[in-house]
Amino acid sequence: MRLELQKITKQFPGVLANDRISISVDKGQVLGLLGENGAGKTTLMNILSGLYKPDSGKILIDGKERIFRDPAQAIDAGIGMVHQHFMLVPVFDVTESVVLGNEPTKGPLGSFDRATARAQVAELSKRHGLHVDPDAKIESLPVGVRQRVEILKALYRKSDILVLDEPSAVLTPQETEELFEIIRGLARGGTSVIFITHKLNEVIAVADKITVLRRGAVAGETIPKKATAAKLAEMMVGREVQLTVSRSKSKVAEPILQVKGLNVLNDAGGLAVNSATFDVRSGEILAVAGVQGNGQTELVEALTGLRLVDSGTVVLEKKPLHAGSPREIAMAGVAHIPEDRNRDGMVKGMTIAENYILNTYHLPQFNKNGLLNRKAIAAATEQAVKDFDIRTPSISTDIASLSGGNQQKVIVAREFSRNVRLVIAAQPTRGLDVGSIEYIHRRIVEQRDAGAAVLIVSTELDEVLALGDRVAVMYEGRIVGILDAKEATRERVGLLMGGITK
Amino acid sequence: MNGLKKFGSKIRIPALSISVALLVGALFIIFTDIEVLGGLLSDPIGALSLGVGRAATAYSALFRGAFGDPENIGKALASDGDTKLWARALRPIVESVVASVPLIFVGLGVSVAFRTGIFNIGGAGQYTMGAVGGTIAALLFGAGVTPAPIAILLVMIFGVIGGAAWAFIPGYLKARVGASEVITTIMLNFIAGQFVFFLVSNFEFIQKPPRNQPVSKELSQFVDLPGILPIAALRLDISIIIALLTAVAVSWFLFRSTRGFELRAAGLNLAAAKYAGIGAGTSIITAMLISGAISGLGGALVAVGAIKQLSPGIGGSVGFTAIAVALGGGTRPSGVVATALVFGLLQHGGSLMQVETSIPIEMLLFIQALVIAFIAAPELTLGILKNPFRRRPRSVGK
Repeated sequence: MRLELQKITKQFPGVLANDRISISVDKGQVLGLLGENGAGKTTLMNILSGLYKPDSGKILIDGKERIFRDPAQAIDAGIGMVHQHFMLVPVFDVTESVVLGNEPTKGPLGSFDRATARAQVAELSKRHGLHVDPDAKIESLPVGVRQRVEILKALYRKSDILVLDEPSAVLTPQETEELFEIIRGLARGGTSVIFITHKLNEVIAVADKITVLRRGAVAGETIPKKATAAKLAEMMVGREVQLTVSRSKSKVAEPILQVKGLNVLNDAGGLAVNSATFDVRSGEILAVAGVQGNGQTELVEALTGLRLVDSGTVVLEKKPLHAGSPREIAMAGVAHIPEDRNRDGMVKGMTIAENYILNTYHLPQFNKNGLLNRKAIAAATEQAVKDFDIRTPSISTDIASLSGGNQQKVIVAREFSRNVRLVIAAQPTRGLDVGSIEYIHRRIVEQRDAGAAVLIVSTELDEVLALGDRVAVMYEGRIVGILDAKEATRERVGLLMGGITK
Repeated sequence: MNGLKKFGSKIRIPALSISVALLVGALFIIFTDIEVLGGLLSDPIGALSLGVGRAATAYSALFRGAFGDPENIGKALASDGDTKLWARALRPIVESVVASVPLIFVGLGVSVAFRTGIFNIGGAGQYTMGAVGGTIAALLFGAGVTPAPIAILLVMIFGVIGGAAWAFIPGYLKARVGASEVITTIMLNFIAGQFVFFLVSNFEFIQKPPRNQPVSKELSQFVDLPGILPIAALRLDISIIIALLTAVAVSWFLFRSTRGFELRAAGLNLAAAKYAGIGAGTSIITAMLISGAISGLGGALVAVGAIKQLSPGIGGSVGFTAIAVALGGGTRPSGVVATALVFGLLQHGGSLMQVETSIPIEMLLFIQALVIAFIAAPELTLGILKNPFRRRPRSVGK
C-alpha cells in the first residue's frame, strides 16, 4: 500500500510539533525518518496511529483519504506500530503474545483455539523469516527476539505499513544487522516500512528513501546513494556538525581509579555486577559498552555511592571508596554525570543556581554559618552559565523549563566545578541534540586532557568508539573484555556485547 | 512599580479564586432555598429576586461578621474614643484574626513538611500535644512561681517540645522503616485527643474543680498572654505577633538556610537529593521536628491565650483546615498567612451569618473548599472568567 501524509500540522500549547509535514512511502519501500529528539517524529507517528488528531492535513492510503479517530481504526487500515518500549506480557508465550486481542476461537463458547493460533504464528514467522519459537515464554527471550515478536504482532494484524520507532536502541550491532535483514525481507514481500531513528548510519544502511525532520518540519529528502552521514547530520541540525570528536593522543599516567573484584547486587538481590576488575588511569577515557541492562547502571551507582558494594574494593588514588557516601565520593574528586538526569541529576522546581550548587552548597564558599551565601552562589552560577554557554533567561529560571541539552550543561558545569580527579559519565548525551552532544563530548575530553581519569558508560556504540581510549564491554554483569582503541572495531565490540568472547 | 506588578500577578489567582468561590456559594444559597425552588416555575422572576435577596442578606451578615458593622464603626468614630463602642465596632475583625492564629501556625507547620515531600496530616495532633505542653508549663510555672515573661517563654518551649516530640514519632518511623506518614499521623491525631481526655479527667493537678468535666483548670489564673490592643475587651494577644514572626522565620529557613535547601531538594526530588549527598532519613526527621514544633507552639499559645483551657477537642478541625491553608497558600509562608487570614474572616463571618439567617456555618466550609479547589486549578479559575470574545493569541513553535 502507498501511504501519504499531506501537510500534517499539529499544535500543542506553545509548540508547533508538526508544521505542514508531508511524507510518503510506497508499497515495498523503506522510508527512513530521521530527526533529533523533539523534531516531531513521535507526534507524527502518533497522528498516523490514531492517537492524536491533526489540526490540519490529510492521511491518504492508496490515494484515498482516511481519518483515524482511534488506534483501532488505524490498525484496521493496516498500520502496525512497533514501539520503542515493547508492550508484551512477560509470562505469555510467543503464540499468546502475537494473537492477543485477535485470538482465533472455536466452539460455541468462543474458547481460545491454541492449535490454530500456534499454526498461524508459525506460518507467519516462516513466511517472513522471523525466526521465533512459538512456544517460548517472552521472559526467557532476549530483547532482539522480543522485538521480532512485536513485529509478528503487527504482521498478524495484517499490517501493510509497519512503523518501527527507534528499533535499534536496545540491540547489539549484530542484532541490528539481523533486524535490517528482516526489514529488507518484509519490503521485498510488499510491506511498506517507516523506520524512525536518530542514527545516521542506520538510515543509510536500510532505507530506500530518507526524510529528515527538524523542529517540526521537513528539512529535506534524499536517497541513501546521495547521502553521507555528515550531510544528513547537517540537515538534521541545520548547520555543519563535527561528527567525530577531535582529540589528541592520550597521555596516560598513573592509575586513578582501581576496581578489584567488585560485586554489586541489583534491587531484586541478584548479582548485577560480577567481579568487575579494571583501572582507569589519569589522562585516559575508559568507555564501557554494553546493551542496556547488563549491569552498567549498578556499576555506576556502586562507584558513586548510590548503591551498596556487596564485596570487592574501589580505590581512588589510594583512598578506599567502596564504603563511601555519595558526598564523600564527590568530595574525593569524583564528578558524576548520572544516567537519568531527570531522576538523579537535577531538581526540577528549583532554579538553575540552586541546581548548580546541588552538591556543593555545604562547602564554605556557599555556606555561611548554615545560611546560603546568595551572592557567592549567584556569582558562581553566572560564571558557569557563561563558561558552559547555558542558554537561559536568567539563573533564577526553573531548570525544568530548559531544553535537555541545557539541563545537561548545568549538570556538567556543576560536576566539573569541583576539583575533578575522576569523571564518571553515564549516558552523558542520551536524548540530546547533535550540537549539545558535540559540546559535552568536548568538555569531557578536556577533563581527560587536564589529567583526570574518565569512565564513560554508554549503550551507543558510536559514542563508545568515538571517545574511548580503551573500551570495556559488559555482558550479564561481567566485564567480558577490555580493548585498546586500535583493536576496538565495531565488529569485535559488537560480538562482546552479545556475550561472544572467543 | 515593578514590585507592585509582581505582587499583582501573585495575588491574582487567589483573589479570583475567592471571588469565584463566593459567587458559586451565592448560587448555592439561591438554589437550595426551598422557597426559591418552590416559586421557580410559577413566578421565576419573583423567586429569583427573592433568592438574590436572601444571598445578599447572608453575605451582608458574613461581611459584618468578618470585618465589622459599618454602622457600629460609624458610631465608634463619632463617639470620641468611647472604648465600649470601639470594642463593639472592632470585635468582628479582631475575632477573625484570632480565628486565623491557629491556622497560621499549623499551616506553617505542615507547609515545612509538605515542602520536604512529607504529607504530614498530623497537624491537629501536634497542635494538641503543643497545647498539652503549654498547659502543663502554665500550671507548673504560672501564677507567680516564675516571673510572667519567663512563664510565657516556658509555655512556648513546652509547646514546641510537645509538638516536636509528637511529630518525631511518625518522622522516625518513616525514616527507619518507611511507615507511611499519612497513616501514622492520622492515628496519632486520635491518640493525642484521647491523651488529653485522659489527662484532664484523671489528674487533680490539671482538671478543673470540682472535677466533673473533662476540661483543665482556667489557665488565665496561671499565665496571661499580654494583649496587643489598647482596648482590654478585645482578646488579641501576642500570639499573632509570634505567628507572623514564625512565618518570617520559616521563610528564612526554607529559602535562605542550607538545611532548608536540603529539605526542599529532598521534597522535590528525593533521588536527586541522595545523589547530592543529602541524607533522606535526616531530612525527613528534621522536617517533621520543625513541622511539629511550629504546630505545637501554636497549640500552646492558643490554649493558654485565646481559649485559656485545655480540652480534648482542642485540635478540632484545625489540622484539616490548616492543610487547606497550606495548600491554598502554595506552602509559601506569606501565602499561608494570607490564606489563614481569609479563612479566619470566613469562619468568624460565617458564625454571624448562621445567627442572622438560616444558612448553616457549613456553608462556609463549602466556600473554603471551593477557594482551595480554584487555587489548585488556576486554569479553571481563569477559564471561568475568561472573556469568551477575546481569543488568546496562538503561540507559534520555536
